[in-house]
Amino acid sequence: MSGPSVLASDPYNLIITGVGGQGNVLASRMVGEMLSQLGLHVTIGETFGASQRGGSVMSHLRISEESSFSPQIPRGRAHMVVALEPMEALRVLKDYGNPEIRVICNTRPIHPIGVISGEQSYSPLENIKKWIRSLSREAWFVDATEAAIRLGNPVLGNIISVGGLAATDALPLTRKVFEAVLTRRMSADKVGLNLTAFDMGWAMIRRAI
Amino acid sequence: MYELWEAGEGVRLLLMGNEAMARGAMEAGVSVAAGYPGTPSSEIIENLAQAAWKKNIYVEWSVNEKVALEVAAAASYAGLRSMAVMKQVGMNVASDFLLHLAQYGTRGGMVLISCEDPGALSSTNEGESRPYAKMMEFPLLEPGDFQEAKDMTSWAFRLSEDLRTVVMVRSVTRLSHASGNVVLGELPQRRAEARFKYHGSIMDTMEGPIINLPGTVHVLRSSQQEKLKKASEIFDDSPFNRYEGPERADLLIITSSACTLYCKEAVRLLGLRDRVGILKLGTTWPLPRGLLERHLVRTERILVVEEVLPFMEDNMHALAAILAPSIGIKRFFGKLDGTIPMVNELNPDLLLKALCAILDIRYEAVSESYAGKAAEIASLGAPPRELTFCPGCPHRASFWSIHNALQLDNRDGFVCGDIGCYSLGAISCGFNTLKTLHSMGTGTGLASGFGKLRSFGMDQPVIAVCGDSTFYHAVMPALVNAIHNRSNITLIVLDNSGTAMTGFQPHPGLEKNALGQKAPAVDIPAVCKAMGAKVKVCDPFDLEDTLKSLLEMIEDEEGVKVLVLRQICALSPEKKGKKSFEMAVDEDACLGENCGCNRLCTRIFKCPGLIWDKQRGAARIDEVICTGCGVCASICPAGAIKKKEVA
Repeated sequence: MSGPSVLASDPYNLIITGVGGQGNVLASRMVGEMLSQLGLHVTIGETFGASQRGGSVMSHLRISEESSFSPQIPRGRAHMVVALEPMEALRVLKDYGNPEIRVICNTRPIHPIGVISGEQSYSPLENIKKWIRSLSREAWFVDATEAAIRLGNPVLGNIISVGGLAATDALPLTRKVFEAVLTRRMSADKVGLNLTAFDMGWAMIRRAI
Repeated sequence: MYELWEAGEGVRLLLMGNEAMARGAMEAGVSVAAGYPGTPSSEIIENLAQAAWKKNIYVEWSVNEKVALEVAAAASYAGLRSMAVMKQVGMNVASDFLLHLAQYGTRGGMVLISCEDPGALSSTNEGESRPYAKMMEFPLLEPGDFQEAKDMTSWAFRLSEDLRTVVMVRSVTRLSHASGNVVLGELPQRRAEARFKYHGSIMDTMEGPIINLPGTVHVLRSSQQEKLKKASEIFDDSPFNRYEGPERADLLIITSSACTLYCKEAVRLLGLRDRVGILKLGTTWPLPRGLLERHLVRTERILVVEEVLPFMEDNMHALAAILAPSIGIKRFFGKLDGTIPMVNELNPDLLLKALCAILDIRYEAVSESYAGKAAEIASLGAPPRELTFCPGCPHRASFWSIHNALQLDNRDGFVCGDIGCYSLGAISCGFNTLKTLHSMGTGTGLASGFGKLRSFGMDQPVIAVCGDSTFYHAVMPALVNAIHNRSNITLIVLDNSGTAMTGFQPHPGLEKNALGQKAPAVDIPAVCKAMGAKVKVCDPFDLEDTLKSLLEMIEDEEGVKVLVLRQICALSPEKKGKKSFEMAVDEDACLGENCGCNRLCTRIFKCPGLIWDKQRGAARIDEVICTGCGVCASICPAGAIKKKEVA
């Protein structure tokens, strides 16, 4: 890369978190490919394996103009969290948060088994929002799943969140690059729907800003 | 990812470590690749299978890792470049043949990839297989980043042909399942011809018969020693061994694999690049002795950083003792003195801690007050997410019936578990049904043994479970053993039509192979019948029929009974998203806490698609999560859960 830096920090550390089945692995891969196309070095660390079975899934993205980085972000060093599930945002902030961190949070909870069985309780969303705000510099809350259901498939919450991330201008993510990556990775009939999801997320965050 | 085998030289892609290794094998012109699925290794064979038609590669999912290694070795013996791929536990399965393979040597370049799982993120053990390279005497390579994952895999084939030995490439979860940028190399245009030459003398390792015989062992092992010596010399000049740091260092870190990235990060964050050097080794057995001698003189203090066993550390200590006259006495830090944890995977934070301890410096990522507040909030608002079976998983229904059958039988019967998604039968989502869990096939082997303890007064019913892929992998010999030795057991095959846990790879029970071709299916019930077991097939979603069959089998005191519970995985590509039933809870019929069922559906059955609605005091279906399997309708004693067939 030449010219002025396109990154607020080098490396820029992004965490996309959620629950197995929410498509955060795909979302992180899409974001990674978008940035990689711009010539940036992207390293993505993912934990999956047991993740299809209701567990927390976290993807760490390290974005740099210099080199590959550790696929695990050091504690307290994340710049941005995209949480596809509210409780997961708190879990990430515990380990990787700092007063400068920014958070995009999908507000639809996915109840852990302990909550379903009544052994645990799921904190009211208002509490979670308050906590996230108290641990971050900036936080946006969107009901991405609800919007995705309106589009016909709740899993599109991941792409809506990617659109939201693009709207924050934290990273050089544009609709044009997103479309290019979509076209390469998905069959033609899926491109339109994903673009709509991206636009929805973008608009939701822009309204909030 | 069509690009993986279409993109040409110089193209830069974001690749998973496993994709990079698959591409590396393609760039080396691999002709045959075989493996058995296992996290984190499976994507290598999957990607090669996708490229198979265009690149003229034969790719197979073998029945187990030993056979995979044998299939790959056959190709090498016929002069082709070949590869076997597995996870760390598979190395143990393959090891019997591996010893003989290593002793005799190879013909066409042959690479063995083992993707290992420090921290046991998706394994039942933290085993590792680097010591096999030392014990069985063959070279070992460990990529330190994504580019190297590709480049070293490709180079490993050439090294194998230079030395005529199998070469092992070891990856770990944090490389195999992480992604980074990789610049591609050239794809060769070559047509490989296979021919097994055996007309030479028995001592002619390139054209003679390939025989490991008592009389030839010392000759073969002598030749192995020569190969290792040559490997060490090649490694002395390998570009995969690199030093970054000052000429004289306060501390020299010696590391390899993903740990390289952790070390770099920690040194960078602490601003230690002028004081601490990093020697990153890509060739970890045999050690590059000349290279190490040159670097060990830089410093008095050495920190060895690696995961699982102190393999490099032990070997480094031995080498440092031999080199002491020329390099002097060194102080070593690592796992053996507790600087680096002996257990669990590493990460940048553990390296930060180690460096701070050795160099007596302070590092604080965030203030104590922030960290304390974040921890407190997380403890209030983010309780851990327990592992559970997916919504609509047939295993939940199967274990429901098995658990109930054992309760009704009331003789303290138990289930020996095995390896697959259904291993979760050991925890609450499977009603704590499994009482043993080890390696693949072991459930049936243990059951075979338990089933013979009647003469010692043991009258508990003995059950084993296994998955369909596991059945072929390692259960068949144990089942033969149980039948022949008249062990009194019931084997339950949880057949969900694929190797579900690792991503639905085909197995010998299906009518297609790794290449997507039609293949003859080996029918599990027919195999068991032919072996001499009493066999029945049920649909686990039919709770009544399954329970009845189970009770009959457990009560049958004669020999081996096999119950095949057949229902396709809820996540399989053929089934995903297709609901058989629309589910709903009749709010008037659900009596909630007043029912007397003690919330059987949400407290015990606990499918994620069923939610306990505290406010309404009734169960509710989460329509986003429910897959419409219909099973919960059968468990509600009040008949409040309704199912409606989807047209």
